[in-house]
Amino acid sequence: MVNWEALQTQRQCAEKTWYELENSPIPIIYIGAASCGRAAGALETLDAAQKVLDNAQVDAKIIQVGCIGPCYLEPLLDIRMPGQPRVSYAKVTPARAEKIIQSVVVEGSGSLRGAIAHFGPQEFSQEIPRFFDLPMLKSQKRVVLKNCGMIDPERFDHYLASGGYRGLEHAMSMKPEEVIETVGLAGLRGRGGGGFPTAKKWEVCRNSPGELKYLICNLDEGDPGAFMNRSLVEGDPHAVLEGMLIAAYAIGATRGYIYIRAEYPLAVERLRKALNQLREYGLLGTDILGTGFNFDIKVKEGAGAYVCGEETALIASIEGRRGSPTTRPPFPAVSGLHGRPTVINNAETLATLPHILANGVDWYRQFGKPGNYGTKIFSLVGKVRHSGLIEVPLGTPLRTIIEEIGGGTPRPFKAIQTGGPSGGCLSAQFLDLPMDYESLAEVGSIMGSGGLIVMDENTCVVDLAHYFLTFAQNESCGKCTPCRLGTYQLLNLLKRIKSGEGEPSDLNLLQSLALTVQKTALCGLGQNIPNPVLTTLRYFWGDYETHVRDRYCSAAICTDLFSFEIDPVKCTGCGRCLAACPVGAITGSRRQPHSLNVNLCIQCRQCYELCTFEAIRVLPAVQPMPEIS
Amino acid sequence: MEIITARDRVETKELEEEIIPSLQKIQAQYGYISKESIQTMAAELRIPVSRIYGVALFYAQFRLTPPARYILRVCKGTACHVGGSPIVAHAIERKLGIRVGETTPDGLFELQQVACLGCCAQSPVLQVNDHIYGQVSVSALDDILKLYV
Repeated sequence: MVNWEALQTQRQCAEKTWYELENSPIPIIYIGAASCGRAAGALETLDAAQKVLDNAQVDAKIIQVGCIGPCYLEPLLDIRMPGQPRVSYAKVTPARAEKIIQSVVVEGSGSLRGAIAHFGPQEFSQEIPRFFDLPMLKSQKRVVLKNCGMIDPERFDHYLASGGYRGLEHAMSMKPEEVIETVGLAGLRGRGGGGFPTAKKWEVCRNSPGELKYLICNLDEGDPGAFMNRSLVEGDPHAVLEGMLIAAYAIGATRGYIYIRAEYPLAVERLRKALNQLREYGLLGTDILGTGFNFDIKVKEGAGAYVCGEETALIASIEGRRGSPTTRPPFPAVSGLHGRPTVINNAETLATLPHILANGVDWYRQFGKPGNYGTKIFSLVGKVRHSGLIEVPLGTPLRTIIEEIGGGTPRPFKAIQTGGPSGGCLSAQFLDLPMDYESLAEVGSIMGSGGLIVMDENTCVVDLAHYFLTFAQNESCGKCTPCRLGTYQLLNLLKRIKSGEGEPSDLNLLQSLALTVQKTALCGLGQNIPNPVLTTLRYFWGDYETHVRDRYCSAAICTDLFSFEIDPVKCTGCGRCLAACPVGAITGSRRQPHSLNVNLCIQCRQCYELCTFEAIRVLPAVQPMPEIS
Repeated sequence: MEIITARDRVETKELEEEIIPSLQKIQAQYGYISKESIQTMAAELRIPVSRIYGVALFYAQFRLTPPARYILRVCKGTACHVGGSPIVAHAIERKLGIRVGETTPDGLFELQQVACLGCCAQSPVLQVNDHIYGQVSVSALDDILKLYV
């Protein structure tokens, strides 16, 4: 019989194991091996480190941890020598790993050379800062991401030792209605995009008649440029599961589903492992911890359809049908999966619950501001110096996120896209805008699930709108006419503008069609996909005008609307562009200014990006000279 | 005559839930969904062939033709797009002499563009079968492709 007392004993054991790990007599090596770390080569780094340890026959422990946030520093390798704090090394290639492990672990040099930060007390080192004092991490508030990168995500006892399942314990000592009230007082709003108050959704579901109720965790993170949920699950799967148990207890659900993208194999694997651990410890199944509460969770892998992030389409997909949305009402909380009351919560929303329940409402309300309490995870990518996964209190100004946390842009800032394909593109005038649900809605964008894509002057907003529309057009399920045909026509108009055939009157047509789609589409996908078009028109009208009037793309993206030329004064004849040109359009001898043949040039931008002397100029398109035979 | 209770109806519906996982299993084993496999599935789950076919066509994950030996997936997520993935895709098209969606005549490479792979900080990203390469430049492409020839 597993019960609360047994869990307490388990926790004491886990705390002891954790203490032993923190004070381990042998060196510990941590490697950030989430999917993004692996793409940067973390597993090769791990192999190299292991090889050095094997050769030297040194006893050390390697732990694969999740993503700690600063993706631009990956692969990240941390070493904790006995009696010392954990020390971080960045961009550790296999060759560097060999050197570092040899010097620090095998020879015990005690040197901090090449390290970027440490996790110890301030006085530990004058040379390197504390990890959480690094510019990228200083302005962050890690609540939901607290464990990511710190614990072994595949170990139940690591999660338990870090205070895991205390939130569930608190929740189950209360009545379900009291749990709902607590979450309502904390002011938690859905983190998947809409920002609907979580407690309200729960209340409707709890009060709907019926024995059988479902809880679905939405992990179908389809927004291109967003990876918050993936990193969260890969780094701390139990946080999401604990949140699911709390939510299920509150609404009275007995069956749960996790709907996750099949494109996230590592996250699926870690969830499955964590679910097995829960069953083993009696936290899942019938009569959980002897309290009479029954709840079980199934993992459902999505099959690649963006629209399935929408609640009703997601339900259709779980039911084994094509993922087409249906009209609401009835809302899923009243009639959802198989016609039963169903709550669908985003993974981040669920992972916030344990913290609210364990630490209380007042603690949670210290973050953010009235109406927008708590923290939000964003994936900060694009043309910023420090890209990665960040967590900040709601209401943090964009400027703090881009300049302090992101370290600014290498070239002048042009725009930021919030909320993925359903969001809006904001110009520099909005840098002081606080990131909260209402402020973003006011300027025509949305919070969305939290993807932030920063763009510099090398980005063409017409191309960006075209890109999002192509995506939307591919992903439109085809059920309602405004979305199916509206996006098609919008895309055609943008194609014309991009290829230099646009007329000034097209811009007004584009705007009115986008507004029509926004007002008439059936589901959230269709209603929001005109946002990128509308916001780029609103804030970058001038860019559209140069495309249709001057037939010129100054960002050098729309290939029909510009051409390259080499500035003979600035060109030093270094030959880098000549070697890189895939079509042999550049000629010239060494140390002499080169020249570029526009008839051969395919505008692949390679020379433009390589040139460090700004000798490649962007000009309006030149008509190719006819061939003379 | 059998009397179908509300509970039974829920159970039949839960059987239909198996369509997508079954298709995923078939694809994992054979690499694609063949006509025969849909027919077998329909008979076993007692679901019309048309329903299963409709589902298989809807989702981007399922393919109805055999795959090439190596599938090159160029990520077209926003960060990768801004980071230059169209240029990478064009370069592969030029190098292999095929367009996106096509297979080389020797059946070795197939080029695809896929929605976000979730490694945005490593953009642009190229996936070859299960291996992900980050910060792919056009000049690095030769070295990557060489590993598979």
